[in-house]
Amino acid sequence: MKRSLQLIVAAAAMAFGASVVAQSVPELNFTANADIVTLPAYGEVAGVATNSSGHIFVLARTGEPRATLGHERTFYHGGSQLFQFDQNGRFVREIGQETYGMTYAQQVRVDRQDNVWVVDAGSNMLTAFDSNGWFVKTMGRKPESIPVRPGPGMPARLLDPEPEPAGGRGRGASGPPGAGTQSESFNRPSDVAFDSTGNIYIADGIGTNNRIAVYNRDGNWVRGWGQTGSNEGQFDEIRGLVIDAVNNVYVADSGNNRIQVFDSQGTFKSQITGIGSPQAICMTGGPTQYLFSSNSNDPEGMENGEIYKVSLSGQVLGKFGRAGKVPGEFGMVNSLDCRTETDLFVGEVWNWRVTKVTLR
Amino acid sequence: MRVLSAVVVGLLLSAAPSMAQPAAARATTPEIPFDSVDFLKMPEGLYMGEAIGVATNSTGNVFVITRSGTSRVFEFDSNGNFVKEFGKGSYGYGFAHAVRVDYEDNVWSVDEGSNVVLKYAPDGKLLMVLGKRPDPIDQLDRMPGAAPYSGANRPYSFHRPTDVTWDMQGNIFITDGYTDSRVVKYDKNGRFIKSVGTRGNGVNQFSTPHGMTADREGNVYVADRGNRRIVVLDNDLNWKTTYENVGAPWGICVSQSTPQYIYSTNSSGTNLEVGNAADTGEIYKLALDGTVLGRFGKAGKGLKEFASTHTLDCRDPNTVFVAEINAWRVQKATLRSPSR
Repeated sequence: MKRSLQLIVAAAAMAFGASVVAQSVPELNFTANADIVTLPAYGEVAGVATNSSGHIFVLARTGEPRATLGHERTFYHGGSQLFQFDQNGRFVREIGQETYGMTYAQQVRVDRQDNVWVVDAGSNMLTAFDSNGWFVKTMGRKPESIPVRPGPGMPARLLDPEPEPAGGRGRGASGPPGAGTQSESFNRPSDVAFDSTGNIYIADGIGTNNRIAVYNRDGNWVRGWGQTGSNEGQFDEIRGLVIDAVNNVYVADSGNNRIQVFDSQGTFKSQITGIGSPQAICMTGGPTQYLFSSNSNDPEGMENGEIYKVSLSGQVLGKFGRAGKVPGEFGMVNSLDCRTETDLFVGEVWNWRVTKVTLR
Repeated sequence: MRVLSAVVVGLLLSAAPSMAQPAAARATTPEIPFDSVDFLKMPEGLYMGEAIGVATNSTGNVFVITRSGTSRVFEFDSNGNFVKEFGKGSYGYGFAHAVRVDYEDNVWSVDEGSNVVLKYAPDGKLLMVLGKRPDPIDQLDRMPGAAPYSGANRPYSFHRPTDVTWDMQGNIFITDGYTDSRVVKYDKNGRFIKSVGTRGNGVNQFSTPHGMTADREGNVYVADRGNRRIVVLDNDLNWKTTYENVGAPWGICVSQSTPQYIYSTNSSGTNLEVGNAADTGEIYKLALDGTVLGRFGKAGKGLKEFASTHTLDCRDPNTVFVAEINAWRVQKATLRSPSR
């Protein structure tokens, strides 16, 4: 039996914690339900998303990735799990258990066909499942083995330093920084979005690649753009990616404290500022679409934490919430889902929970 | 949020050969038209994972070895319905490499993580263990990532073995592998007879012997991937010849028809770099004497495209089962007559 804990947070109580630039932004009233789902295994909630029938998908870091001893190489596996709940928050099933790309959860999204996409920054893979949990597709691939440092009492012993010839050893996990490398060599991918023709856009990501990579619905390469930097079309830690109804692409360029807007070909159009550092973003449905963007706190502080509502032209319309631990406060928000402009699901890394927010 | 970066930086990736130039036969070979289905049906809550090996038995059942959390071996009927799993949670599973079915329909798994080759009866009973899983504590001082080439050449232990095949007398041949570089022959009872090969690109040398098959005469065909050649050995492992115009052979099979045919895949790398993928992905059909008869397929993720093909099965020469690493699937390709 689930406790129902509804909190009313008054706008006037939110005097501290908001960033300076946002002080003129009106506060939005909201209620928060931090008990909408109960996870079968507890851990950091990296992603939350809903499908067209209201089912809730939660991607959580439920354990550390495990290295396996007793081999000539060190493999790693495990660490994250994906859970499905119905529209009332009742547990339905686990999806993707024991598969190759579930090591360090980063994000989960649902496409227009209700496929569920797991973005995993530990394996550098994306894995898609359909709404019944059946496997659909992967993008990228987990490295087959990892180097492990020798420790005390564990000296490195290289029997034969001769390098392996071509065919005996593969490439590194990441491509060159930026430049839209035509490959699926992701470096800590962070998000995925879909345009009206079914093309797959991958935010790559929070490693060193700083690019957007686009693939067709089969998963074959189409185009890419971006590199590390602070100019137009350059990125510093991409933490989110959403696409509007006319296929404009919104990129949460967190290190540059802005959301950049591109057309579907990657041509820069505009940027949105005044929202702090966008750590998680979502796009509403409906005839008039809105963006929500979270200026999440970092792991060592309770500064910021507010979530902004923004028009697609870049006007900051309002904000709500602050960083904290108790229900109704937000701790390191890593994921937002907003099918409508009144109902949001918030995934919190710090607080190991999903909060359902209703705006009034 | 940045806790794992140390794990992710500087990773050693999968084995992928140099693909600087297309296969010599690519431009001159007739294209074989084909249809394909992605037909294996997994039970709820069970996932294909990376399709690493595929094989069929005499009744058309399909066996797949996959990489998930660890290795798993699944059996399906000829319609793709799930039948059972072989050796779930076995100590011989760590990092899958191949599954094969011998002339008596026994099922063999080759695992490059545990260095163990397992033989199962058709009902799933374990019949033979070849190789020994290394002592995990002994492995601790080898933990800086990938093991180097060993050249150990031991009679009863392997170093990342890659494939297994048999002759009509039941003798067992094993390609071993990534960190040894040889072919090993055992009798049908698992007694060591002979091994041949060191690392290199000359005669009696291999660079990642990645797959293997044998014809009815007992000749052995080794997919010498790093050297971009198929090596033909006789039944006593004497060097006969090489076929060098079909790219880098990742997987190889011989049909059970008369005459017999070889299929060999010039697979795309596991990262699907488009610049390389344009010159890879196709599967070649050869006569036993090495004459290239045709090719089909290309690199990609769609149906009738192949995403890092790992192994092939071609019991029926016009029905080729293709196990793909990056698409987590097995395609059943039905070949038609070559177009000219």
